[in-house]
Amino acid sequence: MRKKVVISMRISTFFYTIGQGFRNIIRNKWFSLASVATIGACLFLFGIFYAILSNFQHIVKTMEEGVSVAVFFKEGVSDTRISEIGDLIARRVEVSNVDFVSAEEAWESFKDDYLGEYVDGFTENPLSESAHYVIYLSDVSMQPALVTYLESIEDIRRINKSEVTANTLSGINALIAYVSLGIIAILFAVSIFLISNTVTIGISVRKEEINIMKYIGATDFFVRSPFVIEGMLIGLIGSLLPLGIIYFIYNNVILYVTERFEMLTKLLDFLPVEAIFQILLPVSIAMGVGIGFIGSIVTVRKHLRV
Amino acid sequence: MIDKKKRRGKRHTTPENEIITLENVSKAYATGAPALNGVNLHISRGEFVFIVGDSGSGKSTMIKLLLRELTPTSGNISVMGYDLVKIKHRKIPKFRRNLGIVFQDFRLLKDRNVYENVAFAQRIIQVSNKEIKRNVPSILATVGLAGKYKAKPKQLSGGEQQRVALARALVNRPTILLADEPTGNLDPKNSWEIMKLLEQINENGTTVLVVTHNREIVNAMKKRVVTMKKGVIVSDEEKGGYIDED
Repeated sequence: MRKKVVISMRISTFFYTIGQGFRNIIRNKWFSLASVATIGACLFLFGIFYAILSNFQHIVKTMEEGVSVAVFFKEGVSDTRISEIGDLIARRVEVSNVDFVSAEEAWESFKDDYLGEYVDGFTENPLSESAHYVIYLSDVSMQPALVTYLESIEDIRRINKSEVTANTLSGINALIAYVSLGIIAILFAVSIFLISNTVTIGISVRKEEINIMKYIGATDFFVRSPFVIEGMLIGLIGSLLPLGIIYFIYNNVILYVTERFEMLTKLLDFLPVEAIFQILLPVSIAMGVGIGFIGSIVTVRKHLRV
Repeated sequence: MIDKKKRRGKRHTTPENEIITLENVSKAYATGAPALNGVNLHISRGEFVFIVGDSGSGKSTMIKLLLRELTPTSGNISVMGYDLVKIKHRKIPKFRRNLGIVFQDFRLLKDRNVYENVAFAQRIIQVSNKEIKRNVPSILATVGLAGKYKAKPKQLSGGEQQRVALARALVNRPTILLADEPTGNLDPKNSWEIMKLLEQINENGTTVLVVTHNREIVNAMKKRVVTMKKGVIVSDEEKGGYIDED
C-alpha cells in the first residue's frame, strides 16, 4: 500500500476537492442558494448600474466632443500669425482637435443656414473679420485652463465658450464616478459578509467530518480548500446568473426606449451590448469569484484552526 | 520479549524499541483538579496495551495528548520520535498519519457508504484513485465487510459500524492504533469480534492501545494493563487484569 507522504497535490485530490466544493453547496443548498441569490442580486445591481453608467458616460462623452471653444482674431492680423496661433493651440494638452474656419467658409455656412435665396444682396463678404479656430477639448474640465491660456495670446479678439455645459458635464462625470465607487464598495462588503456566513454554516454542519479529517492527518490546506472552492463557486454562479439576465434584458430595454421615445435617439447614442459586456463580463466574474474567495478564506482562517 | 513480573511505574522497554514515551507528564485544565499528574509511561513497538480506569481517571486526556490534540502542562511526550511538546503546527498532520484511531461512537460519515468512509481516509493523505480501489476492498475483507461496501452507516449494526471505523483506521497502515472505548457501544459478541480483530492487527506488527471499561475482555485477553486513577498510573502489569475499585 502507501508509505510515502505525498506533499504535492495529486490530480485525483484536485478533482476530489472540487467535488467536495460542489458537495458542500448541494448539502447546504438553501444557504448556498441564498448566497448565490444575494451575490447575484448585488452583481445584477452592479451590472445594471454599470450599463447605465457607461451609456451615460458614452452620451456625456459624445456631448463633450461637441463642446468647443471658438477664437476670433483682431483686425488685420496676418495669415502667418493666424497659423502660428493655430500651432500654439494645437500643442496644448487640453486640445484634441483644432479646425480653422476661414472668413469665406464662415460666410458660406452662415448663408446656407440663415439667408438662403436672399443672399443676392451681398457683393462683399460681410463677415470678412470672422476667420476663427474651433477648438475641441480632450477633457471638458480643462476648458478654464485653456481659456486662460488663450486670453494671454496677443492678436486674439474674442473667445466664445460654453462655460455652463462644460462645468455641468464634468460635474456629472465626477458624481457618477463617486456614486459608483460607493455603491460598489457597499455591495462588496455585503457580499463578503454573506459568503462568510454561508461558509461558517458549512463548517459547522461539517464539524464532525473536519474532526475526523484532522485525526487522520489532513493538512490545513486539504481541510480548507473545499470551503474556499465552495465560496468561489457560489461567487461564480452568483456572477453568471445576473450577467445572463442583463444580456437578455439590455437589448430589449434599448429597443423599447428607442421605439417609445423616438426623439431621444437623435440625442442619445446607446452602446451596443457587446461593448458593455467587454468590460462587464470579466469584471463581474472577477468580482463574484473574488468575493467568494475573500469571504471564504477569511472564514476558514477564523473557524478552521486545524 | 517482555518479562512477566509486575512493574509499577518502571521502564519496561528498551529505549531504542520505544514507540511511546511519557515522562513526568501533567495536564491541568483551567478549571478543576489536574487531569494527569506526573505520568510516566513507556510503550514498545508491537505491544498491545489496555489502559483502564474510571471516568475522570485521565484516560481520555492521555489519548488526546497522544494525538497531539492537547499539549501537556509539563513533562515530555514522544511518539515515534516526534516530540509532541515542540512539534510545529504544520508537522502535526504528517505525525498523525502514523496513527489509526477508533472511537466509541464510530464517527462515520453518515451520508457516505462504507466504501467511501474508508476511502475518505486515503483521500485525505492523497492516495491515488487507483491505489484506493485496490486498498479499500482488501481492508474491508480483512474486517469482514467485503459484501457491505455499498451500505450506509445507518443500515449497519453497531458491530459492523465499528468494523468500518476500524477499516478506516487501518487502511493507511498506521504504526500505532489508538482505540478509545471501542466496545463501549457494542454487545458482548460484537465486542469480542472487535477485540479479536485488534489482536490480529497487533500480531501483524501494529502497536495497539485500547482504552476500555470492559472488565471481562481485559481479564480474558491477558495483555499489558495500565490502570489509572485520578490522573496517575496506579498499576502497570504485564498479562494483567482489571483492578476493582474499592
